[in-house]
Amino acid sequence: MRNSERIIRAILIVYLAFIFIFIFTPIVTSIIFSFNSDRFPTLPLGSFTLKWYETIYSDPDVWEAARNSLIVAVSVGILSTIIGFCTAYTDFRYQFRFKNTYLALALLPPTVPLIILALAMLAWFSKIGVSGQLWTIILAHTVLCAPFAMAVIRLRLQQMDADLESAAWNLGASEWAAMKEVVIPFATPSIISALCLTMAVSFDEFAVAWFVSGLNKTIPVIILEILQGNIDPQINAIGTFVFFTSMTLVIIAQLFFSFRSPKTP
Amino acid sequence: MKINTQKKAVGRIGSKVDGYALTWRLPVIFWQLLFFVGPLLFTIAMTFFLVKNYRMTEAFEMKNWVKMMGKGYFWDSYFLTIGLASLATVVASCLAFPAAYALAFKVSENTRRWAIFFLIIPFFTSYLVRTFSWYVILAESGVVNNVLGWVGLGPYTMLNTKFGTMVGYMTLTLPLVIILQTLPIANVDRRLVEAAQNLGANGFWTIVKVIIPSARVGLIIGAVFCFILSFGDFVSPYYLGGSKPPTLPIMIIDTTKSGQQWPRAAVVAVIMMVTLMVVAFASIKYAYRKKS
Repeated sequence: MRNSERIIRAILIVYLAFIFIFIFTPIVTSIIFSFNSDRFPTLPLGSFTLKWYETIYSDPDVWEAARNSLIVAVSVGILSTIIGFCTAYTDFRYQFRFKNTYLALALLPPTVPLIILALAMLAWFSKIGVSGQLWTIILAHTVLCAPFAMAVIRLRLQQMDADLESAAWNLGASEWAAMKEVVIPFATPSIISALCLTMAVSFDEFAVAWFVSGLNKTIPVIILEILQGNIDPQINAIGTFVFFTSMTLVIIAQLFFSFRSPKTP
Repeated sequence: MKINTQKKAVGRIGSKVDGYALTWRLPVIFWQLLFFVGPLLFTIAMTFFLVKNYRMTEAFEMKNWVKMMGKGYFWDSYFLTIGLASLATVVASCLAFPAAYALAFKVSENTRRWAIFFLIIPFFTSYLVRTFSWYVILAESGVVNNVLGWVGLGPYTMLNTKFGTMVGYMTLTLPLVIILQTLPIANVDRRLVEAAQNLGANGFWTIVKVIIPSARVGLIIGAVFCFILSFGDFVSPYYLGGSKPPTLPIMIIDTTKSGQQWPRAAVVAVIMMVTLMVVAFASIKYAYRKKS
């Protein structure tokens, strides 16, 4: 009995390892091939090269796209974290009629397929006459990202003793002062998390950006366009750069999210 | 200095709405109505518009609906998309379950936390680049066929097949499904599991009779998310699946980008939304049904 349990456990662990290999294979492959000299990426590997990085480095379109992506991601991060914080705090503190409708409105966007949102936003923005601007991507991405920010910050507020805020009021602080001195400092790690996560989501989003951007391409839109052409190892170089950017953001987000003391001292 | 003892009661329970409360409550309402609900409602309205001389004119006609729903190729795509998304849901749920079970029961809590940490990373990294990687790996002269060639197998055609599409869908959905399954399975009451084992159930029957029923809601939520993501994804069926025939998301892109037929694309979008709502509501209803 003990023996068979050990065998089952071993099989499951090996299975788990295979699943993780499957999940990380495309990421690792892309990084390896970004340094590989062959035009068509296959085995055995060619020689080590930096030429794909040089190609993208000297491409003004890529720089332009990187600039666009940066502007969009930072703006979206800030806007959606602010909106997410407001929503999370409302949910944490208040009970009111139609609160479920309110929360549904706040949290539903990620459940709608991006391609549908992309079409809807494209049509809506042309209807109100603002299509093809860089900042329309910011408006659209904020819709998608605010729920993530809300969820992250809400989980942190959950750990806050509800009496902490009332204690501040009893000591004479106004609601605004209590917010500034108690709630925001408590939520700061999750605010940083939310900022990084929403930036990562925005930085990788391609469907909505592709539809509403017009001529202002972001990095994922450039990748999509290269994909539509021939096989081009440039993608691996851009991809590696994109991976490291998003991974850095996600890892920072998780560090702030999980490795802080869960309760107030 | 004021003493605000009253505020606590009002703030926590009451529905007193003041400037402070509204400051936090209104931003999301304003934003989502303007940039989420607005666009979706406009999409529904747009299905009744007409396109004349490449310009969309506002109207209230059923032409687009009649046109799209009368076409055989639309229904081919519709059932293909539902079929692929359902297959992806079954495959992802089955592939994820042993992994989630192992993470919940067979590893330490610390390992589980790290595993989930690593499962979150791909969710926030470029799906496009990962798809391109698979394209290279699965190609006729790609890495997989290369390795198989060393042992005298292949080459197999994996791109432009349903297999290719599934690999792409799994790349998109599997990490999320594993996370969504692991959390409820890890929360299954250990005493129930021990009780089942004391009563003589082996591992298999413990899973079927105790763990799956206890974690049912979470397992279904994972499946629903998998369905939604695969149903709406255009990247895998296009770049890995070959898009013959196109799935509904690809049809939206083709109709919008090349045909300038936004109203017809909107018809496809609305049908997709309705389908997803039916699937989601039916699943949630099933998840929370009373045990007979």
